[in-house]
Amino acid sequence: MRIVVGQGSCGIAAGATKVSTALENEITQRNLPVSLELTGCCGTCYLEPVVDIYDEHNEKTTFVMVTPDMAGELIDIALEGKTPVETQIISAEDMEAQAKQKKVALRNAGSINPEDINDYLAVDGYKAIEKVLTTMSPTEVIEEIKISGLRGRGGAGFPTWFKWNAAYQQKESPKYMVCNADEGDPGAFMDRSVLEGDPHGIIEGMLIGGYAIGASEGIFYVRAEYPLAIKRLEIAIEQAREKGFLGKNILGTGFDFDLWIKAGAGAFVCGEETALIASLEGERGMPRLKPPFPAQKGYWQKPTNINNVETLANVPWIFRNGGAAFAAMGTELSKGTKVFALTGKIKKGGLVEIPMGLSLREVIFDIGGGILDDKAFKAVQMGGPSGGCIPAQLLDTPVDYESITKTGAIMGSGGMVVMDETTCMVEMARFFLDFTRKESCGKCIHCRMGTKRMLEILTRITDGKGKEGDIELLEELCEKVKEGSLCALGGTAPNPVLTTLQYFRDEYEAHIYEHKCPSHQCTHLLTYTISEEACRKCGICARNCPTDAISGSKDVVYVIDQDLCIKCGKCKTVCPFKAVDVD
Amino acid sequence: MQCCKGQGPQAPDPTVSGVDLSLLIPVLEKYKSKPGSLITILQKAQDLYGYLPIDVLDYVASETGIKPPNVYGVATFYTQFRLKPIGKYLIMLCMGTACHVNGASAIEDAICDELKIVDGETTEDNLFTLNNVACLGCCSLSPVMMINGETHAKLTPDKARKILREIRKQDQLETGKEATS
Repeated sequence: MRIVVGQGSCGIAAGATKVSTALENEITQRNLPVSLELTGCCGTCYLEPVVDIYDEHNEKTTFVMVTPDMAGELIDIALEGKTPVETQIISAEDMEAQAKQKKVALRNAGSINPEDINDYLAVDGYKAIEKVLTTMSPTEVIEEIKISGLRGRGGAGFPTWFKWNAAYQQKESPKYMVCNADEGDPGAFMDRSVLEGDPHGIIEGMLIGGYAIGASEGIFYVRAEYPLAIKRLEIAIEQAREKGFLGKNILGTGFDFDLWIKAGAGAFVCGEETALIASLEGERGMPRLKPPFPAQKGYWQKPTNINNVETLANVPWIFRNGGAAFAAMGTELSKGTKVFALTGKIKKGGLVEIPMGLSLREVIFDIGGGILDDKAFKAVQMGGPSGGCIPAQLLDTPVDYESITKTGAIMGSGGMVVMDETTCMVEMARFFLDFTRKESCGKCIHCRMGTKRMLEILTRITDGKGKEGDIELLEELCEKVKEGSLCALGGTAPNPVLTTLQYFRDEYEAHIYEHKCPSHQCTHLLTYTISEEACRKCGICARNCPTDAISGSKDVVYVIDQDLCIKCGKCKTVCPFKAVDVD
Repeated sequence: MQCCKGQGPQAPDPTVSGVDLSLLIPVLEKYKSKPGSLITILQKAQDLYGYLPIDVLDYVASETGIKPPNVYGVATFYTQFRLKPIGKYLIMLCMGTACHVNGASAIEDAICDELKIVDGETTEDNLFTLNNVACLGCCSLSPVMMINGETHAKLTPDKARKILREIRKQDQLETGKEATS
């Protein structure tokens, strides 16, 4: 019998380590022949901590939202066949949502122990590199990737075979294979999850890529904010070396390849290839003009190929199942599957992997369970600070590179932040501009100053000080920043503003001309009043008001002095009779 | 990128810290001849000292042969590097999109009110430092904050206050014990 506790960063944050310790204590105390193991994130973050119990027939029962004090009971259920309470195990509905997905990049995350290479080997791990090294030439490898139709999963969607081929064509040596694990898009965490749950899968992808382009050195550039991912990668690299999958003369084929990890130091712009290379070289991460492309002149001016984590996670699968099997999934131009981080105002947040081409509605409502508290769906933000907000009327848009780009958003790395009627779209645009303004490296004036000016205008609007002409000024700035920026950070920074202006212009206008925030989020634009009919004159509001803006007595209905009111909303929260209105 | 005209939280602390620079010798021995290692050296230095005082930056520059402006440039470019000491407990408050949508700013207000500091500052008793960070990657559990490596999920303003109070209480108990023993 095996008990497996999901321990990705998200599971640990939800208390999985404490659950694991409690189970361990229980097992030692009762001296049971049960093995306790760990695994990565299975994607159902809303059910964390998740514990899988495998009986002697390897039948799995999944327990959800486990707390440490449930440990004893769980062992009872596992050993004595006691029937679990319905709420303790995964529901049929959640199983169904899982079944709608197709796991390729996430195939092992949440099922194998990421800290044990034997677990990876047991699921045919390193079989793909064996096949590649013993039966295929580099050009055949590239051809197979071309057949698969795999495109970069980091954001731009550039065909992977093309990049590999460009690096392969270079005569100069040495060449470098780099894995971009600088997942900076706030709201996306699939790369972290894959690294934590299946590090050997990425190492195998790197090996295949390295062989294809002719590199013997590979580098993982990992975000410093992901300490667990770094730790598990270190363990995996060490184990792969011990087993002879890394180092000299791999599998006796004469192919040499080794890997090392470079921890990033916190700069969003380092997700950009040339900035990443500058950072690898120990410099400030500032992009430079392309061409020359990294495939020509990259790390230390040598041919360098850079792929995103999720892209590489697909590679071993492609070589085990064939490029055609991968291409059979998805749409005409967007093949295979894509992982999305479904978050925000969603019932079932977590990681989902779906074949390309499913509609946004299917992802958000069928798999994600719909909107939190059954509020109205307003928009979904895709592509992070480089992307845009897709409104309700476009919910039937298929999820593929081309269709998403047509809406004004981008596929990006796969963040899907769902927003409901209480999210103000102007404030959302302000949030993203605040981010890009901070993360702009400062090289291009349009990006450095343009984002600052745009943020000032957006802040002015959300503060209720918007002026006539602000919208037009924003639009003009958007164009200029797009044109005048060297890299994609500046080139796409206006997207959140442009898409909200395109689909939610009325919200901007309400802020500026009516001094109202339709979503009741921008505090400066709110007016709190006490309803004469509903007020029972209890005075709780007045006692809780931090600025003594409320007056009244047990004989007189309470009123708010608008000049003194700081719009903190305390009165509305404390009123037992719901007599405080906000508009 | 923000220009603070030398006054903001990112500006190098002009006071010389007087830390023991010899602690850095093994790190420099290992990395100084390896090109492209400046970020790694600074990361190791920050692990040793908790922050990067100006004398450490100067020392790294003189030992590696990298010009001081380039060392400062790198140290101020990346958000991971701190040029001022931090408190015993570092609060990293996630400001990612999911956390933002689920009310991170209300959590920030509560923390700032509870500790009487703003983003980037340290409490007078040197117990807490608040740092707003871009994304911790725990989006499904938003809003979240990480305190000394431990993640606290699904926060509400009250829950955040309670966590801070408990840490303070626990810390007082521990330091009290140390003082008496």
